[in-house]
Amino acid sequence: MRPGAEVRSETLANGLRLLVQEVRTVPLVSVWCWYRVGSKDEGPGLTGASHWVEHMNFKGTKRISRDDIKGSIERYGGFWNGYTWIDQTTYVQTATRDALDQMLFVESERMHHCLYEPADCDSERTVIISELQGGENDPDTLLDIELTATAFKAHPYRHPTIGWQSDLEAMTRDDLYGFYRRYYVPNNATLVVVGDVDAGDAMRRAEAAFGAIPAAEAPPRLRATEPPQLGERRLTIRKQGTTAYLKVGYHAPAVGHDDFAPLLVLDAALTGAKGLSLWSSFRGTPPQRRSRLYRALVERQLASAVGGMYAPTAHPFLFTVSVTAAAGAAREEVEAATLAALDAARDEGITAAELARAKRQLRARMVFEGDSVTNIAHQLGFFATVSELDTWFDMPARIEAVTADDVARVAAGCLGAGNRTVGWFLPA
Amino acid sequence: MTGAPGRPAPVRRALANGAAVIVQEAHTTPAVSLNLSIDAGSVCDPASAPGAAHFLARVLDRGTSRRSADAIAETCDGGGVTLGVHATRHTLSLGCTCLAEDFAAMVDLLADIVRDPLCPEAEVEKRRRQILTAIRQDDDSPAARAIERLNRLLYGAGHPYGRRVKGTAASVEGMDRGALLDYHRHRVAPSALSVVVVGDVAADAAGDAVAAAFDGWQAAPAPPPDVAPPPAAAGRRRDVVPMPGKAQVDLAYGFAAVARTDPTYHAHVLLANVLGQYGMGGRVGRSVRERQGMAYYAFAGFEADRIAGPLIVRAGVNAANVRRALASIDEVVAEMGAEGVTEAELEDSRRYLVGSLPRTLETNAGTAAFLQNAERFGLGLDYDRRLPGLLRAVTRDEVNAAARALLAPERAAVAIAGPVAADGTEPAAADGAKPGAAAGAGETAAGAGETSAGAGTAGS
Repeated sequence: MRPGAEVRSETLANGLRLLVQEVRTVPLVSVWCWYRVGSKDEGPGLTGASHWVEHMNFKGTKRISRDDIKGSIERYGGFWNGYTWIDQTTYVQTATRDALDQMLFVESERMHHCLYEPADCDSERTVIISELQGGENDPDTLLDIELTATAFKAHPYRHPTIGWQSDLEAMTRDDLYGFYRRYYVPNNATLVVVGDVDAGDAMRRAEAAFGAIPAAEAPPRLRATEPPQLGERRLTIRKQGTTAYLKVGYHAPAVGHDDFAPLLVLDAALTGAKGLSLWSSFRGTPPQRRSRLYRALVERQLASAVGGMYAPTAHPFLFTVSVTAAAGAAREEVEAATLAALDAARDEGITAAELARAKRQLRARMVFEGDSVTNIAHQLGFFATVSELDTWFDMPARIEAVTADDVARVAAGCLGAGNRTVGWFLPA
Repeated sequence: MTGAPGRPAPVRRALANGAAVIVQEAHTTPAVSLNLSIDAGSVCDPASAPGAAHFLARVLDRGTSRRSADAIAETCDGGGVTLGVHATRHTLSLGCTCLAEDFAAMVDLLADIVRDPLCPEAEVEKRRRQILTAIRQDDDSPAARAIERLNRLLYGAGHPYGRRVKGTAASVEGMDRGALLDYHRHRVAPSALSVVVVGDVAADAAGDAVAAAFDGWQAAPAPPPDVAPPPAAAGRRRDVVPMPGKAQVDLAYGFAAVARTDPTYHAHVLLANVLGQYGMGGRVGRSVRERQGMAYYAFAGFEADRIAGPLIVRAGVNAANVRRALASIDEVVAEMGAEGVTEAELEDSRRYLVGSLPRTLETNAGTAAFLQNAERFGLGLDYDRRLPGLLRAVTRDEVNAAARALLAPERAAVAIAGPVAADGTEPAAADGAKPGAAAGAGETAAGAGETSAGAGTAGS
């Protein structure tokens, strides 16, 4: 069976794409509704709009009260959530199969009938500023945001998904509602249903729930391209704290690029394989004790933790290495050891043993991240939104085909000093 | 199990040395989750060595008589396996998910680690440094500080619940290899062990493999830890941790509730759900987040084990809103203590908790954790089938009796950590709590837990 043959795909007359997969091992159904809009689609003064819009879309619709939009699925034991990142906004509900119609109803209402009451916009403004400040309490998060803002100068990937506080303080209800109306249209969305359903029946139910929503003008698409970085960039944050953090970010290819899989393998060799699911794989610790950076830093007592982040993105984003300096370790030594390990990979690539381990890790992680209807559905919607579905279906073969030469080539291209931004958080 | 109709029932066997082995077949993915639990958590720490259980957990998988730390790491990394070794207050646990083809190798490895750790000197030093860094990171986290202070208020500084599981910098500095091996010798015994396997295995063969790996292990049964119940609530208590460089205040507000074995346990689970979980954080979330927009997270949690566990309300708020947020939490708590829950609220929460069971049991790791919990408290292999009935049987009177006995602002403990003055108010001149820089790489609408990408560090 060709990869992905178990997934049924249709597009309604209004442009809404439907993806359905039968997984009948548990009496559960997961429904995800994806929109091709994220923080990269926000212009100046509107940073944080897509995330704020996501929050507003839990505030009630014409036919669902504010409290019911959360509670209605919980009565079926269901789980709901939503998230926004640089390329995408998505909403998830997973519940017992008898809740399917209710879940579809909620998502169809969310697509077209949210209220945006002015008082709700105001109270959510302070909730989001609280979210921002809660993140700011974490030095690692703060450094990540500042590093990203330093690494990009032309592409809107430079601003954080949560937005700049000045924009959050100034944005109006009409700004938010306008953003919602522009991007929340069926021809900019993908609905995914995975679980204990009959695929044909689920398609019909989805069409009944969404078919009457009219198509609209295609949302504007971003054309910005980040120019090549011409030299190393640096930043240092000095702030009260107890621990020093180092991050090194390199511009790196988008998920659709041929170099994505070799760089994913390189990240696995350097910091341990995470897998490919933003939803389920990037929390917790990857298998990394034999990885290059763990051995160079944690085993030498220069760091208490290391991590790598190379996520699938629509446009070229960053491969970032994060280091928590060990108590008492000299900053210069931590940085020298980190850059030496990265430079060695750039100059010499990885060994055959590292290649084999990295590929096996990735194969295992991709099995582990398909352990629930929620996680399976996430991957379908994610790739359909950020790239192409085939990018996901082809990924195991692309990873398997990676050679040591491929890794050496992409390492030489990506890990150059002129392509990197080095950031420190130092306790003041 | 209700998680998957048609799935065979879990199989339990007791080994001659006292260890329990439970296997549940589940063939959704070609993977297996292993969950080992030993009743040797931080409540067993010697009074002179707080943090011993946690320190041992950090070193346990760093070398045995038969395997070097590198060899253990190679087995795990080569299979894409992250082995988690954790100390909680009551347990020392090991958990991982592996490909089914690696199951036998992982069982052999885990048994070796549990039975015969070497705690090599060099590894002890490396992990000591990591723990000290982690303690300093906790010192810098308003959320960690608030919860720690709340537990100290509720249980007392001398009680195991009133101390950090990680111990203190001084106690971690003071422990050597001998102390860790002593802890292992006195506390890690087959009589305190249960092993749960869930996944793509044949139950009999998997049970045989686990039994073979642990059968020959003989060690004196560990004496059960003696953990005192919390002291009676002595009126309203409050503690403040000024952290002037931080952007936001963490509030932790709570009560010592009941033990897992208490007959009113399920009434308290339902009470906590109505108070601070259902929908967007229950009544607390509705007031603090939804109506007043004061916090991104405002919710309640309740965890119970061998002694009365804490029911904790948490919120992250701007320093200017501390008083208002506390007043709102007081109001919600007082109202629920006096008037209880409504029948509609109770029914919503009941339906949620019963209906969420299939999700809890969907993944191998989720089922393994559920079975491990059932084993620890003697709830039986059919607990998943009995639990809906237990929840449905709880009456409104029982929930309201629990609310009356527990929820009173005048008996609450309150901990405040963040950019506030020592009296918990906003400093007159905010010194460093500047707005401006932002946060968050992956965002979510929900308060408690789920989020997505962030470029953080990880390590173990």
